[in-house]
Amino acid sequence: MTDRPLTRNIGPDRTPTDLAAYELNGGYRGLRKAITAMSPADCLEMVKESNLRGRGGAGFPTGLKWSFVPMGEKAGPGHKYLIANADEMEPGTFKDRLLMECDPHQLIEGMIVAAYTIQADVAYIFLRAEYFDAERQLRAAIAACYEKGYLGDNILGTDYRLDMYVHSSAGRYICGEETALINSLEGKRANPRAKPPFPQVSGLWGRPTIVNNVETLCNIHHIIERGADWFQSLGKGEDSGTKLFGVSGRVKNPGCWELPMGTPVREILEVHAGGMEDGYKLRGFLPGGGSTDFLTEAHLDLPMDYDVIGKAGSRMGTGTMIILDDHTCPVGMVKNLVEFFARESCGFCTPCRDGLPWSAQVLDDIESGNGLPEDMATLQKQARFIGAIGNTHCALAPGAMEPLNSAMKYFREDFERHIEGKHCPYREPENRP
Amino acid sequence: MKQANLISALSDRELADIDKEIAHAPYRCAVAIDALKIVQQYRGWVSDESLRALANYLEMSAEELEGIATFYNLIFRKPVGEKVILVCDSVSCWIKDSDKITRQIAEKLGIGLGETTPDGQYTLLPVTCLGACDCAPVLMVGEKLHKNLDGDKIDKLFSAGDSAVVKLGEEP
Repeated sequence: MTDRPLTRNIGPDRTPTDLAAYELNGGYRGLRKAITAMSPADCLEMVKESNLRGRGGAGFPTGLKWSFVPMGEKAGPGHKYLIANADEMEPGTFKDRLLMECDPHQLIEGMIVAAYTIQADVAYIFLRAEYFDAERQLRAAIAACYEKGYLGDNILGTDYRLDMYVHSSAGRYICGEETALINSLEGKRANPRAKPPFPQVSGLWGRPTIVNNVETLCNIHHIIERGADWFQSLGKGEDSGTKLFGVSGRVKNPGCWELPMGTPVREILEVHAGGMEDGYKLRGFLPGGGSTDFLTEAHLDLPMDYDVIGKAGSRMGTGTMIILDDHTCPVGMVKNLVEFFARESCGFCTPCRDGLPWSAQVLDDIESGNGLPEDMATLQKQARFIGAIGNTHCALAPGAMEPLNSAMKYFREDFERHIEGKHCPYREPENRP
Repeated sequence: MKQANLISALSDRELADIDKEIAHAPYRCAVAIDALKIVQQYRGWVSDESLRALANYLEMSAEELEGIATFYNLIFRKPVGEKVILVCDSVSCWIKDSDKITRQIAEKLGIGLGETTPDGQYTLLPVTCLGACDCAPVLMVGEKLHKNLDGDKIDKLFSAGDSAVVKLGEEP
């Protein structure tokens, strides 16, 4: 049977796992090992060797990220912070909710080990406001950990101490950007910060801070307990470990499954998601959330590995795919996405604040039958200027341009039919491709 | 207005909850968002009076706190209905016809997005992807998530009686 560390405590009925059940199934063994038998440097080395890459979307190597945190006297006086980014809001992404609602202790154990590794003494879970169930589960689990001695002073009899808090947010997608998240946690508007300095050196309240995605952190104690080689062996291809992959859209069985990294797209779509709903055909898919480029049928046999999906012209992102079917208008879908990003712009920089609503307006014109032939060139110009990294303050606007750019590449004839026919052909079933 | 009056605009329970947050923050205004949420939890929204009192209590300017309050979509600076309906309008729900669902609710309640029913019962708002895309389309009322919506489910959820008051039922 395939090893599924992340979902081993999550059954089909999704009953939350409490502390007793979690411990009975081997919980807090990784923490015990890390904190009583390993130094922070040993832990860091093991996470580096495991080749774990960030599961929030960017795929940055976790061990490398942690290695920039100043240790010992170099850190200077004061706190160091670990933050779990639990602000899951990427369109089409529904994996961290599952992990937090069903197995809150897994996140907490991973966080304690991560905090120990960078010698942080305060940890936050930055949770989106709408995840009420997750909030209840996490707060109860944290209280149980204080009682049991996994949090607070002298954890497991050592001189290591850690406090952990849940911060329930107040909305806005941009809070998922790590420096915007830090500003929000400081009680400010969630505008991203200029980098450098990077949060590892100067983050929350100017102190060294690591922000990791929930799923990333859920892996940490498993790696410590079972080793880097074990973790590497879980992946089918170049990348290590397992991953929560999801599929939404017009498929028979939308859902989220823990599968080996490198599982082919076709297997996820056809075996796990059950293939397309009857009467619907696949036209394309966003491999990992709303800010990733479209791929098509030609890419179905690619393995879901960061670099492979990157070379194909997209990003693995959050690993939760959104399927475009043949009854859904690609122009309408891109319009929905660009409108989302326009609404969620923090408004700080001009290309994003003014450029995204402009793109949304042009897409609305085309979709509603008021498009002009020159609109395609306008969209392309926008995608070039807004999409270039370095023209904007953060990655939100370039992310918004990814589905637009790739839709113009793969579904150009759909845009042209809207403009030439002066209406959306998907509104009449007989005109669909 | 005197400072004492400003603080007294916040209830003892609100102040106690805010103090709990301040206890583990490096400075008072760091809890601005938590404090806005606490006030909203007790009052449903954040009035000008509450905002000024809160700014004073957190040792920050009212203008700065207003900038924070209006940045976040789940802090309400206008009165909202008893129940706030958050309809997901992001891509996975859109593919599954969330726009039809939204129109249906809007027609039933007689309000558009961003509006509150005249009886003060419901406010209808769009919301970013709710992270339940395998059950699209979805919406939230209060703390409850309603999944796999279709026309029939919306009809049952918002079953109109003979009065103008539309009652919210349990998920069918």
